[in-house]
Amino acid sequence: MAFRTPLKQARGLGASHHGTAHWWSQRLSAVGMVPLMLWLVIGIAGNAGGSYAETTAWIASPLNAVLLALVFGVLFYHASLGLQVVLEDYVSHRGVRLALVTAVRFLALLLAIAGIFAVLMIAFGG
Amino acid sequence: MSLDNRPLSPHLQVYRLPFTALTSISHRISGVLLAGGALALVYWVVAAAAGPSSYVVANQIFASWPVQLLMLVWTFVLFYHLCNGIRHLFWDAGYGFELQTAQRSGQAVIVGAALLTGVAWLVALV
Repeated sequence: MAFRTPLKQARGLGASHHGTAHWWSQRLSAVGMVPLMLWLVIGIAGNAGGSYAETTAWIASPLNAVLLALVFGVLFYHASLGLQVVLEDYVSHRGVRLALVTAVRFLALLLAIAGIFAVLMIAFGG
Repeated sequence: MSLDNRPLSPHLQVYRLPFTALTSISHRISGVLLAGGALALVYWVVAAAAGPSSYVVANQIFASWPVQLLMLVWTFVLFYHLCNGIRHLFWDAGYGFELQTAQRSGQAVIVGAALLTGVAWLVALV
């Protein structure tokens, strides 16, 4: 305690330098995922084996399009936060760990944008 | 410095994990598996956006029995992660730490996930 400066205590960010930000984002996205996933499973189950016209009509309806775009955003955010913790726990080599965490972040962003773009294409009759 | 008297963490090859520890590591494993499921979701929506012919191919892949089996596993894994995630949120809020409560909530998570999986597939197949 004697080695801590008052500034460090005031900031309250701890050894990680980002405090509880990662932890809090993970929980916040987790809470959002609960209703989104229940909605998604019901939607996919209801569309199982549907034709092209049926499926695109379902995705194109405004409510479904908005929620599905939201799913891609929240899902890949939550997944990249979770996979980052797994990598940080099990990959001991610093360089490899940094490369993998970076790759997961980039890939998650790419897939989220691909998913959202596909939803918009269908919704706007692309 | 004597090294032979230091406390050791459980030696995973000979230590039988208690039920609560099994539900804990399963949460992590299920999260990683679901990241794979997210790829399938992106593929499904992108295939629908790409047009009828690519959607038909995607539908054939999803209708094949190995992928159907995979989807069944993914459904259970998703609901496990969802239910156990809620259990974790209760812990984050400071509730449910008593040994018997943690045991019971773990059992409830597995039963709940199995029931929700059954309901989802009933909706999909009927």
